[in-house]
Amino acid sequence: MAEVMFARPKSLRDIPFHYCPGCHHGIIHRLVAEVIDELGVREKTIGVVPVGCAVLAYDYFNFDTVQAAHGRAPAAATGVKRVHPDAVVFTYQGDGDLAAIGCAEIVHAAARSEKITTIFVNNAIYGMTGGQMAPTTLVDQVTTTSPYGRKQGSAGNPIRVSEMLSSLDGVKFIARVAVNNPANMAKAKAAIKKAFEIQIKGEGFAIVEVLSTCPTNWGMTPLESVAWMEKNMMPYYPLGVLKAPEEVAK
Amino acid sequence: MAEKILMKGNEAIGEAAVVAGCRYYFGYPITPQSELIEYMARRMPQVEGVFLQAESEVAAINMVYGAAGAGARVMTSSSSPGISLKQEGISYIAGAELPCVIVNIVRGGPGLGSIQPGQCDYFQATKGGGHGDYHNIVLAPNSVQELVDMTILAFDLADKYRNPVMLLGDGALGQMMEPVEFKPSQSVPPAKPWAVTGPKGRSETNIINSLHIQPDALEKHNIHLQEKYSTIRANEVRYEAQYTEDADLILVAYGITSRIAQSAMEKARADGLKVGMIRPITVWPFPVKPFIETAPTAKAFLALELSAGQMVEDVRLAVNGVRPVYHYGRTGGMMPSPKELLGQITKILNGKEGN
Amino acid sequence: MPKPVFNEDRCKGCELCTAVCPKKIVVIANRFNSKGYRPATCTDESQCIGCMLCAKTCPDVVIEIHK
Repeated sequence: MAEVMFARPKSLRDIPFHYCPGCHHGIIHRLVAEVIDELGVREKTIGVVPVGCAVLAYDYFNFDTVQAAHGRAPAAATGVKRVHPDAVVFTYQGDGDLAAIGCAEIVHAAARSEKITTIFVNNAIYGMTGGQMAPTTLVDQVTTTSPYGRKQGSAGNPIRVSEMLSSLDGVKFIARVAVNNPANMAKAKAAIKKAFEIQIKGEGFAIVEVLSTCPTNWGMTPLESVAWMEKNMMPYYPLGVLKAPEEVAK
Repeated sequence: MAEKILMKGNEAIGEAAVVAGCRYYFGYPITPQSELIEYMARRMPQVEGVFLQAESEVAAINMVYGAAGAGARVMTSSSSPGISLKQEGISYIAGAELPCVIVNIVRGGPGLGSIQPGQCDYFQATKGGGHGDYHNIVLAPNSVQELVDMTILAFDLADKYRNPVMLLGDGALGQMMEPVEFKPSQSVPPAKPWAVTGPKGRSETNIINSLHIQPDALEKHNIHLQEKYSTIRANEVRYEAQYTEDADLILVAYGITSRIAQSAMEKARADGLKVGMIRPITVWPFPVKPFIETAPTAKAFLALELSAGQMVEDVRLAVNGVRPVYHYGRTGGMMPSPKELLGQITKILNGKEGN
Repeated sequence: MPKPVFNEDRCKGCELCTAVCPKKIVVIANRFNSKGYRPATCTDESQCIGCMLCAKTCPDVVIEIHK
């Protein structure tokens, strides 16, 4: 009988993902599920899933989930966590959900230092609705609602969410990571694990921003989109731990 | 407690929620209901409940969604513009079949309007407000005691039917002070095996969700919701009828307007005029039966409301063309006096159409 | 000896795994799976060192690594 060295984590159901070929949501879901398994908290985990490509994450995760209105996941998660303070409650949100319509909710959940964890997937575009401009779309980036490229004069500059939130005392841990290569994937998983540990220890709010690709709406192959992300997104959204409790080595 | 205490309407709602076992309140300040959020801020910690002033009415209703999904008895409150903000969240709550209580202390509108009492959110409360085929159960108290009794009832109905329940108050009821007593409900809150609590102890995970992306699945869900609403219509209608058996003119009013109408009716009767009143206590489900029963013998109906004409449409539907239905309304927070209403009553009974 | 096991019908032919294999033995096959994608496959299992990079890179949990 073969011994299995790598397989699907228990917190991830054996259901085919609807995500596009090469979409990083699949990797990020799996890393979250692995962390939940390794921390041994599956039975008390409640995930809050967004409106966006990941709306169907309630089918994929093997724990309790709440599907929230667009942008409102941090508020819904606040309601859940206040009722079940011992549960592990997290939100999983895209850039429209978190940085556009949900900007107030994430800022205030972070400011209140709600003991929840947020996984923020930033791919600089609105995926589910077909490739419109996001608050994180880069200047000059062409999208269906910025067909001449994002114009600074009209649409302003993209929002660096991690830097913005790091100004809040309530945020106990922020990291920006990527899953574009195995080394970064390992750092991403470590950051996600740290973020959940902050909640489990009752220390407060933690968020991990995960840079991601959108091959379909960027109009590229998955491998091309990884290269595009490395060349264009990473200089503007630098990776690293922006804020951590003092005992965590950077 | 058996004794009566003098309380302001907004605060009485808060205490009634506590008596009903509500331990989670999420809200935002807005006149004329800020006394309620302030009361909950003081009271929730005293009963080891959770109070949170949210960053907006939108955030508050979504906190309610999360807490209700987690199995709690939870309430929010606001006034007209804030209730508008909550509509998407209420639709989600109805679609996901979650129980909660939403208090609307109605003020003048539209837009920023005024901070004076109004009844101009009737359409919003009873005809949807949010998107999709759903209904709130809507209770319309007309005294501080009814604010108390209906708040307690609201939590029971919400849990019984897994549905949002709206308490439709107004700025006058919220601000007035009357003696009240708090009688706890006799109902035992039902178990909530569907709630998200972490899957420990369950073989299946629970999902709180209103998305049914396949059309056949969503139709099935909608049929189920409509069956629920039929059951509510059959079982939960509440109204009060006074002097309707021999009435020529039947007044129809709810909330604060029904108090003024009561005075006008009593004066009319003292003057020998045959006036009665139907007071809806649930405005959804709307009490159709008393109209069917009285239309054959009455001569006309007069709908009275602090609006340009919203409840009157339900009266017209219920009367179904059998008799004329007149309307008299004031807007902007202007309150008619009993004398003013009596003037309308007399005009109609003298054969001059109202107004 | 470690080897990759592909759940072929879940593969969407995204090619991310082909870029990370240090032995260059993960490639896209020249055929279609039941979903119409060209699936990833291993050209020489004997070369597999069990690094698991292909499995970890796959967004669709297509690959298990067996000992």
